[in-house]
This record gives sequence, C-alpha cells and structure tokens, in this order.
Amino acid sequence: MISNVSRQLETALEERTGQKVRHCYQCKKCSAGCPVAFAMDVLPHEVMKLVQYGQSERLLGCSTVWLCASCETCSTRCPNDIDIAGVMDGLRVMSLEAGSASERRIGVFHRSFLNGIKLLGRTNETVLIGQYKALSGRPFDDLGLGLVMFLKGKIKLVPRFVRNRRAVRKIFEETSRGRSA
Amino acid sequence: MTDLSFTYYPGCSQSGSASEYGDSTEVVCAALGIELAELPDWNCCGASSAHMTNDLLSVALPGRDLAAARRIGRDVLVVCAACYSRMRIAQSRMLEDEKLARRVERAVGENPRFEGRVRHLLDVLVNDIGLPSIRERVALSLEGLKAVPYYGCLLVRPPEVCFCDSVENPTDLDRFLEALGVQVRPWSFKTDCCGGSLSLSRPDVTEKLVNKIFTRAEEAGAECIVAACPMCVANLEMRQKPSTFAFELPHRLPVLYFTELLALAMGLPGVDEWLKSHIIDPLPLMRRANLIRA
Ligand code: SF4
Ligand code: SF4
Repeated sequence: MISNVSRQLETALEERTGQKVRHCYQCKKCSAGCPVAFAMDVLPHEVMKLVQYGQSERLLGCSTVWLCASCETCSTRCPNDIDIAGVMDGLRVMSLEAGSASERRIGVFHRSFLNGIKLLGRTNETVLIGQYKALSGRPFDDLGLGLVMFLKGKIKLVPRFVRNRRAVRKIFEETSRGRSA
Repeated sequence: MTDLSFTYYPGCSQSGSASEYGDSTEVVCAALGIELAELPDWNCCGASSAHMTNDLLSVALPGRDLAAARRIGRDVLVVCAACYSRMRIAQSRMLEDEKLARRVERAVGENPRFEGRVRHLLDVLVNDIGLPSIRERVALSLEGLKAVPYYGCLLVRPPEVCFCDSVENPTDLDRFLEALGVQVRPWSFKTDCCGGSLSLSRPDVTEKLVNKIFTRAEEAGAECIVAACPMCVANLEMRQKPSTFAFELPHRLPVLYFTELLALAMGLPGVDEWLKSHIIDPLPLMRRANLIRA
C-alpha cells in the first residue's frame, strides 16, 4: 500500500463535514448521475480519489467544487453513504479560505446574494441582480430578459425588508468565521 | 380532524418575482380551511449561497426564523422548495447537534430549537387534507391538460428531511395532479436538477440543463410542466437561451405552479391574473383546453 500519502486533507475535510472520504471505492456512480459533469474539470469520483491522495492544490483550485449545483443526486446514490455534495461544500469553503477559488463569477454571485440579505434581511431580485452586475463587471447581461420581467410585473422596485436588521447583522457577525464545528 | 393552522413562512420569491405562487397559495389555503398566520419579521433562509459558502450562516439564518416559530408554537408551512429544504436541514441539525444549536443560539439571541414540524404545502394537501377531499372540491376537471410533474432537487433530496414517497421516483405531485383531472404523462426527468444555483453566474451551464428538461417533457407528450418551487419555475422560464438583448424562448411549454392549477380546478378567483404574469404565456394552452374563456 501507498504509505507516503498525506492524510491531512482527508482529516481536515472529515472534521469540517463529518464525511469519510476513505470509504469511497470508486464505483463512479456519483459521476455517472451528475447533471453538471459535462462542465466539470474533475469528475466527482475523481474528487474523492484526489482527497484520498491528499491533492489539496488540485482540488482547491478546480472549477468542479464551484460548478457543483448541490443537487444531492450523488449523495443519495453513493453505496458508501458519503455525502458527496457535503464534501464539495467543504472543499469550496476551503478554497475560499486558501484564496485559490476558481470560477470567480460564481463566488461573486454568492457574495452578492449574501450582501443583499445582510443589507435587507430578505432577498430582492432587483437588489441581487444590481449587486451581481456591479461586482461581476457584467452590466449588460440579460437586458432583454430584464425588460420582459419588468413588463410581466416580476421586478419589484421597492424591496421588502426585515424590521430588526440589527439582529440579521449580528447573525452575519457571529458566523463570519463560517465554521459550525 | 387534523389541525390545519400554521405559522406561514412566505419566503422572498413569493413577494418578488413569484408573487403568483404566493397569491395562489393564500387563495387555495383560505378555500380549504388551512389557516395561515405569517411568521413575524421573518428573514431570508440564505438559500444556496449561504450553505455553499458558509455552513454556520446557513443554519443561523433559518435559525432566527425557527426561534420565532418556536415562540408561537404552531407547525410551520412553507411553499418554496429551497426555503423548505434549508429550514428542515437547519432544524434537524440543531436538534441533533447541541454544540451547533448553542452557536446558533448565540448568533440569534434566542432558543432556535423548534420541535414542531416544518411542512411543505404539497405535503399538507396530499397527506393531511387528502386526495379524496381534494377530488371532491374540483369544480372544473382539468382533463384537457397533459402535464409532467417536476419535483426538481429540493422537494426530494436529501430524503431524510423530505416528505415525498420516493427519492428516485416520487409520485406525490403526480397523484395530486391526477386528483385535479390532469392527464399526467410519465417521464424520467422529474427529479433532475435545473441548475438554478448557476443561473446568473454560469448561464451557459444552466441553459443545457433547462433545455434538456423541456425537450424531455415535450417528448413525454406534455403540454405544460407543473412545479412546486419558485426557483425552478423562474429558472425554467428564463434560462432557455441567455443573451444580452434578444430574449428568446425556443420551447413554449408553460411552467405552472401546482397551486395555480388547484385554484383553477376549484373555480377560485385570481387565476387569470396569475397566468398572465408568467414569462411563457400559458393562456393559449388554457384556451385550447377550454379551461379559461378570456
Ligand atoms: S458513489 Fe460513492 S463510492 Fe462511488 S465513486 Fe462516488 S463517492 Fe465513491
Ligand atoms: S451534488 Fe454536485 S457533484 Fe453531486 S450530482 Fe449534484 S452537481 Fe454533481
């Protein structure tokens, strides 16, 4: 057996997510059923293998962990009860912490979404899209769609918000380190 | 008789782009004697963005809502599949993991351990009210309509927190639609992901998933897709072909909420207005099926 493989990544992931990636025996069911596999640079079963081999650099810079849509198809089908989507969540946060996140626009989207909640306590599509356009530097995307949405009354210009916004801000402050364990 | 009074968590979409879902929910609940009292000063559940980038936040945001629900004591009713999922996951994780519950308690300043039930409206309709009673309330049978039920991800996965009868082939929405008279078409894509979380940031990826769902629904002989989640509906309606200026719809299959069809079948007011607010116009189909006159 290989003995000089570092278990550090696997252990760190298990601490974060409770998932035992060493149980993966490479049946590839996760990749076979993954709806986003066509766009990924590393397939889900390969992610598992790379975790076992301690290949942090490859994993924390790959686009797969950002493209994973969290659909949980893999997690419900894994014969070894590994919550693969949970592993993706863990790796995604680790890639943020390591400053090596790929797929910049996806990260920007999540940040825009959470900024909106921090501000209002609720999500308003107009505020979200405005934030995303500003932060992603893509102001002209979807102008045609925006017009159709406006005509259909889907754009609510007056956002609704939480009265106790201080409580919402406190949640963001208290969770800013992001770890539950 | 089961208690049909709930604390209602409307969720952000239902007062935004999916107001037809929120409005039709309120109308059908009132007609069926389901009492809804809005959760006071509720906040957003954090949806995918919180759980994908900050695990503790993804429990603490619904944690504040669950704390308020705990004060009231009644079961919680949710209609958005994403809110439902986030609430159920946060609830069960806090009840199982005291350390986590304590951290959330510190963040929200209140006991978040809600021990009542968090329910999706479809669950209440199918399992509490029951399909025989729903059938009795149908004033206008929707037998002219061929539809495929679309569950997406969060109504069925993870199965530990969801109500549906099967994770690979759920039939709750199928049976509900049949009770309204709808001709439900079998298909294999009812629980496939539509890529909603990548809708703005990687529309090129989402587009492929969305188009596959439309193509498969058409092949199944459906004339419309029926869903129970505002994220799925928005994504299906808007993401067939992302572009800058020209908004195009290669597939014209309407995407409807199960609550809209229930209201239509029960002869309740408001349906025309809701149908008009859809991006993919369902009116021609409804006229063809003799379900509306306008
Ligand atoms: S389904 Fe489970 S065991 Fe099979 S390859 Fe994927 S993670 Fe490994
Ligand atoms: S959760 Fe992610 S990795 Fe798993 S099947 Fe869905 S998109 Fe693929």
